[in-house]
Amino acid sequence: MSTTPAPRNHHILSVLVQNRPGVLARVASLFARRGYNIFSLAVAPAEDEGMSRITIVVDVDSAPLEQIVKQLFKLVEVVKISELDPRRSVERELLLATVRTDAETRSQVAQLVDIFEGKILAVGVEALTVSLEGHPDKLDDFEALLSGYGIVELQRTGRVALAKIDRQARLRAVDTGKGKVG
Amino acid sequence: MSTSRIAPGTRMTGAQALIHALEHEGVEVMFGLPGGCILPAYDPLLESTIRHILVRHEQGAGHMAEGYAHVTGRPGVAMVTSGPAATNLVTPLMDAYMDSIPMVGITGQVPTGAIGTDAFQECDTVGITRSVTKHNELVMSADEVTLAVRQAFHIATTGRPGPTLIDLPKDVLQNETRWEWPTDEEVAASLPGYRPTMKGHPRMVKEAARLILAAERPVLYVGGGILKARAAEALRELAELTQIPVVTTLMARGAFPDDHPLCLGMPGMHGNATAITAMQKSDLLIALGARFDDRITGKVASFAPEAKVIHVDIDPAEQGKVRRPDVPIVGDCRLVIEEIVKAIRDLQAGGETQADTTAWKSRISGWREQFPLTYEPSEPGNALKPQFCLEKLRDAAPEGTIVASGVGQHQMWTSQYWQFNEPYTWVNSGGLGTMGFSIPAAIGAKIGRPDRTVWAVDGDGCFQMTAQELVTATVERIPIKVALLNNSYLGMVRQWQEMFYDERYSEVYLSTDVPDYVKWAESMGCVAIRVEAPEEVEPAIEKANAVNDRPVVVEFRVDSGEKVFPMVPAGHSNDDVLVHPTQNDRREHLR
Ligand SMILES: Cc1ncc(C[n+]2csc(CCOP(=O)(O)OP(=O)(O)O)c2C)c(N)n1
Repeated sequence: MSTTPAPRNHHILSVLVQNRPGVLARVASLFARRGYNIFSLAVAPAEDEGMSRITIVVDVDSAPLEQIVKQLFKLVEVVKISELDPRRSVERELLLATVRTDAETRSQVAQLVDIFEGKILAVGVEALTVSLEGHPDKLDDFEALLSGYGIVELQRTGRVALAKIDRQARLRAVDTGKGKVG
Repeated sequence: MSTSRIAPGTRMTGAQALIHALEHEGVEVMFGLPGGCILPAYDPLLESTIRHILVRHEQGAGHMAEGYAHVTGRPGVAMVTSGPAATNLVTPLMDAYMDSIPMVGITGQVPTGAIGTDAFQECDTVGITRSVTKHNELVMSADEVTLAVRQAFHIATTGRPGPTLIDLPKDVLQNETRWEWPTDEEVAASLPGYRPTMKGHPRMVKEAARLILAAERPVLYVGGGILKARAAEALRELAELTQIPVVTTLMARGAFPDDHPLCLGMPGMHGNATAITAMQKSDLLIALGARFDDRITGKVASFAPEAKVIHVDIDPAEQGKVRRPDVPIVGDCRLVIEEIVKAIRDLQAGGETQADTTAWKSRISGWREQFPLTYEPSEPGNALKPQFCLEKLRDAAPEGTIVASGVGQHQMWTSQYWQFNEPYTWVNSGGLGTMGFSIPAAIGAKIGRPDRTVWAVDGDGCFQMTAQELVTATVERIPIKVALLNNSYLGMVRQWQEMFYDERYSEVYLSTDVPDYVKWAESMGCVAIRVEAPEEVEPAIEKANAVNDRPVVVEFRVDSGEKVFPMVPAGHSNDDVLVHPTQNDRREHLR
């Protein structure tokens, strides 16, 4: 993945699709054919059996966004599309990075990981592999700091997102201890 | 159809299930050509009630299916084998996609175990056709064949119609399954993301009615969607109730009768000056099943600058794609127009009156008087004028004649000079502009409407792309008629080079007498006539109209230099329409 942060006016689309062969190709080729840019895309099975949720981050003005949503919705396998307002949704992403370290910098990197509440996954003589899960903005900051040491390899998952549940529901979730809201 | 004539659980092969499923869908005719992977499906066809038309090229099968669908409203079916046959079907699929034609493509595929191995005649058919179909599906089990067929027909024919495709691996056709005919509910449940909106939003409908009554310079801008929604009658009611003039786009010719006093004919790049200018000066465009194509709008930024827009379309993505509507209404054109008519009547019953449109009407009649379609008749001894041939063809055509055309100048002249007084009598390739469309499309149309005379109007360039289907027509006894306007050139391209490339002609000359069209047509079993002089035109047409047992080709040798007017040059504003040179002196009256 690139190290450019998500564009300022990015939009997050949460697309519920029938989990059928080729559905990802359909979504991807629609974006390509209509000249829309995908910033990131993540896909995995959703709560309903036979459904997947695709989280797509697009960088567009709002008018073409309306077209994107309408065109996406024409795909027969697309069941539901929600545009997630970044202020009213929770976004998460996972970052893995192998960073060049020596005896001197190892502890500095370890300290960074500590501050960001990340994890050290592997330690080598000349490198550390670390992970961090969190809001994509936080990952951007972390990545920028790591790059000072020299990033050997980097992989980010692209963001996944869900709408925030409303306050009442959130309290209920906390009460029953069933849903932990991060 | 949701009931089955076959006992559930009956054992059969996937191929038998396919053919039975097509019969259950009401398919009476299909167009195709067999080969390795689709072979199993051709065997049960021998016992089927379905008539199969063996084409000479798979592109022909696709266009025949389209022509059939154009005139009947029923989905056309084309069945071909894998690999090169599937790729030969791509052009008609795209054509049907652009023009919203219901069509089902069926392709053979290599056995499931061989998929991905670059097996002989393997190709990624669903990948290749993904962006040229409304939906497509690779069927991986014989048990899924009937549901796939039902889905393909359902999706092709509902909402905004379009082409669908099912790709059938050979072993899926050979394997045994038990007959199961999914109910309508099961089909709907299998497509949870597919629910076309039919009825218009009541508030929007009312708002539309209000705008229509308030408009002083309204125009009904009618597109092909009217025909897809079978809404010609509803349109007529709306037009007559409000006395609003109607323009019919290239895809909508015939949706409103050309001989109706309110009909202004075709707008767009080669539309007539009145239709173009009426839209341009309008204060309200009521767009019905139209998509603001660039060939209609010209330069979008200066298109109908003072007009509010009511946009009725079943496809939500058309709303605001090109021009932001003031009143968007997503829904079936027929239902929405009926709702609008009712809303207008309700408003009128409540005492509301329509704005005065008299001044607008008289402006329009002024344009019509000053800017009729025109051409200069040929001088004695000079080459025939194509428009003259078309006028004679039109005047001698029996009532209800269906006309199919190729793509180029001849297409525009046909649309301009024919009188379309009945819906579903005009078959052409509007969105994709596919040369070679007319002959196979005319064959499909004739099969769909055997009671009608079917003329294909073709150019010499187009003819050479698909003429071999005349062999199909002869052998299958499908007596279409072809008016070949031979101008020795790729005429439309020649016109652009003359007008916009300083008469620098590059690769547009074909030939006048190679091939010899008469010999070629005769060798394909057609009656063939060559016409070179004005006095030969009528007798030749009369002779052609009298032939009913085989195809006829009439070759008209026409003037190479003739150009299509009016013309809005590509990318220009409709205000800059070039009228026929003989009308230039009154150009300033187009205001
Ligand atoms: C398959 C295809 N190739 C190229 C074109 C571009 N094109 C549009 S009109 C035209 C000329 C058609 O020539 P002809 O059939 O002789 O008709 P005419 O314009 O002379 O009436 C061409 C080449 C096209 N529309 N379709």
